[in-house]
Amino acid sequence: MADTLSLFERRFALLLSILLAAMGMTMVAAARHGVMAVHGFITIALGVGLVLALGRVYYSAPPVAERAGRFYDAPTRLGIAMTLIWAIIGMGAGVWVSALLYWPDATPAVPWTSFGRLRPVHTTGIIFGFGGNALIATSFHVLQRTSRARLAGSVSPWFVLIGYNLFCVWAVTGYLMGSTQSKEYAEAEWYADLWLVVVWVTYFVLYMRTLARREEPHIYVANWYYLAFILVVAMLHIVNNLALPLRLNAAESLPVWSGVQDAMVQWWYGHNAVAFFLTAGFLGMLYYFLPVRSGRPIWSYRLSIVSFWGITFFYIWVGSHHLHYTALPYWVQTLGMTFSVMLLVPSWASAGNAIATLNGAWNKVRDDATLRFMFVAAVFYGLSTFEGSFLAIRPVNSLSHYTDWTVGHVHSGTLGWVAMIVFGAIYTLVPQLSGRETMASSRAVEWHFWLAVAGTLIYVVAMWNAGITQGLMWRAYNENGALSYSFVQSVEKMAPYYLLRTIGGALFLAGAVICVLNCRATVLLAKGEAADRPLVRQPAE
Amino acid sequence: MSDTTDPRKLPSADPHTGNRRVDPITGYDTTGHDWGGITELNTAFPKIVIWALALTFLYSLVAWILLPAWPLGRDYTRGILGLDQGEQAIEGLRELTDDRLPWLSRFSDGDLRALQSDAVLIRQAMPAAERLFEDNCSACHGATGRGGPGFPVLADGYWLWGDDPGGIAETIRFGINSDHADARIAEMPSFDWMARADRLALADYVARLPGAGPVHSSLPGAALFTENCAACHGDGGRGDLEAGAPSLTDDAVIYGQDRSTVMETLSRGRRGVMPAWIDRLSAAEINLLAIYVYRLGQPVGEGAQ
Repeated sequence: MADTLSLFERRFALLLSILLAAMGMTMVAAARHGVMAVHGFITIALGVGLVLALGRVYYSAPPVAERAGRFYDAPTRLGIAMTLIWAIIGMGAGVWVSALLYWPDATPAVPWTSFGRLRPVHTTGIIFGFGGNALIATSFHVLQRTSRARLAGSVSPWFVLIGYNLFCVWAVTGYLMGSTQSKEYAEAEWYADLWLVVVWVTYFVLYMRTLARREEPHIYVANWYYLAFILVVAMLHIVNNLALPLRLNAAESLPVWSGVQDAMVQWWYGHNAVAFFLTAGFLGMLYYFLPVRSGRPIWSYRLSIVSFWGITFFYIWVGSHHLHYTALPYWVQTLGMTFSVMLLVPSWASAGNAIATLNGAWNKVRDDATLRFMFVAAVFYGLSTFEGSFLAIRPVNSLSHYTDWTVGHVHSGTLGWVAMIVFGAIYTLVPQLSGRETMASSRAVEWHFWLAVAGTLIYVVAMWNAGITQGLMWRAYNENGALSYSFVQSVEKMAPYYLLRTIGGALFLAGAVICVLNCRATVLLAKGEAADRPLVRQPAE
Repeated sequence: MSDTTDPRKLPSADPHTGNRRVDPITGYDTTGHDWGGITELNTAFPKIVIWALALTFLYSLVAWILLPAWPLGRDYTRGILGLDQGEQAIEGLRELTDDRLPWLSRFSDGDLRALQSDAVLIRQAMPAAERLFEDNCSACHGATGRGGPGFPVLADGYWLWGDDPGGIAETIRFGINSDHADARIAEMPSFDWMARADRLALADYVARLPGAGPVHSSLPGAALFTENCAACHGDGGRGDLEAGAPSLTDDAVIYGQDRSTVMETLSRGRRGVMPAWIDRLSAAEINLLAIYVYRLGQPVGEGAQ
């Protein structure tokens, strides 16, 4: 890492690392004990580790002078490694907690292993750890390639990646110690939230400065999506996490929102986390890696434009569909429902644009498992967005809400769409960044693909059945006006579906493990750097 | 950054005509943009997308006209259907209540023993009672009332506090050791002040009480029992139904009657809690549950199911 930096940048990075360790010491000294102190120790360890890593190469040869004429891929490599590490942590936690739902007695009598603490480890590990690292890593790659410009900074990409992962580690270790602000997908406490704001603003500035350097007259679609992701997530994160710390030296705070306003802000955040974290950024990934891998032009530029503005405009309105039939006023629910239905068209336009792009490359879809990952991702994107609009309709929601159908819907999006496109991107990027044509094992990619598809289908179909069964059982009354089933009967009915879900999740995890091993083998067989064409446009021959 | 938008100067454009490369597979021309090898087709906007957009807009427009939709400062557009979700919820609840009213209202007062012998009513009511039991009681007492350590078995003939539906209803209403003012109060005090040898002797004696065969009054625990325990548990440990003191001579147990469990009980005492349900269930529902629980304890054939 540090060997890519000039001497001045090494000094600057060293200063930042020392400041990081000092921040950790301040946290430990102020908190003395508890979650914040443990987080302080983690920060000190990271800061000292970075100082040592920088010190080791401090006097090594400075980077070649023409580095400005090359793409800056080292941060992307770290980002991909972190993506894979978090994939195993997040998916492993997911399989484990799903198994606990089938074998609840297997919970050890140790507080940190309880379902309630491990479940946010799964969601944060996957959304922020796996998804977030994949987004940052690929955004650096895509931004440089489509702008024909090197990243506008040498230290800031590292700051973004390392700082972001520090946030993830703080969040996840905090949950294990029982620290949470009890907001879905935003459980991390106030100082972690503030830290993420600093990281995120740096990310945004880096992105904008690099974009301003671009050698292309137009900004490619993928960058619109990545920018929407960065900008809107900043807005969502700040508004939803507004909280007053109880004390400045402890991980405890009270949200400034209360009552139904709090619920509305939370689900405005929650659904747009799905929209701008789990959709917009990954659409950026799709819009870049799909045409690159298939070697086909994007089918319709016009459709890209309408999809992009449709998605960004409509999504912001739809969060209230999480609160149908609650204390939230009816009119807010109607708006959430109608905008969810209108959202379907731009979503399907994106999926259709992706699939139509494969016209003329179907033979590659058949032969190339990597491209097949992307194709399946586009199909599941279409399926999940249809399902989402459908579930947002109030009467439908009265059946599906609070059931495992919601869990199935989320996972058809996260397993079928988000994870598939990430793996497609990883299988494209890892060989390229290693200067190779292919992954170490193409057969392993093929195995991963079928494990992932089988796991997703088993998971999603099991949860559809589970959710519809629950919804129907909960609303059934006999002719005397008495409930036909007690709640616990509906729980007992879930047993086979929960077992199937665990099996589906385990298959998906097995595929991810194969991916990690394959990526490691590929990196070990590396033949040098990415052989992309140079930044500067070549004169026509 | 090259700032031209002149089509003739764009990459892949013909420098004289500005025409761009045509994709051989689809036959469409490209937009002329090129990002590291990625190009885009200049495909016309598909008509079906316009129709789909129009359709979903129309759906939304109709919904906005019919339903409460847009905020207007302190008010909002009410929608011509005039729907109010609060009223709808109350209406839905009333309809369900009306379905139950004909039979459930008969449980709200009256002689529980008489209700219990009305076979038609019982057949109508017992499925509902079973749901009530499973949704409210089974978390502690088990789905079939088989109880568990610390939670009394209801599906047997042994009772505490009362062995008729009226007594059971009283227990459900106010609970045992609950925070309700009328709760039944019972506490097994701790005997930690007693010498360990004495506690062991007492535990040994109590553990031998159930089952057949006389317990020798010459056992060392016998005198200790009379002195310390008989006040609540009665002479010979027969128990006191009205005071909530369990019989120690039968084979029904709450925590266990082996020596080590009795030692634990003696050393630490017991103060089991049953919550009061009067604020969560209606009077009729409590009476219904009382009859259901009473029937759980009856021998099969004569009793429940």
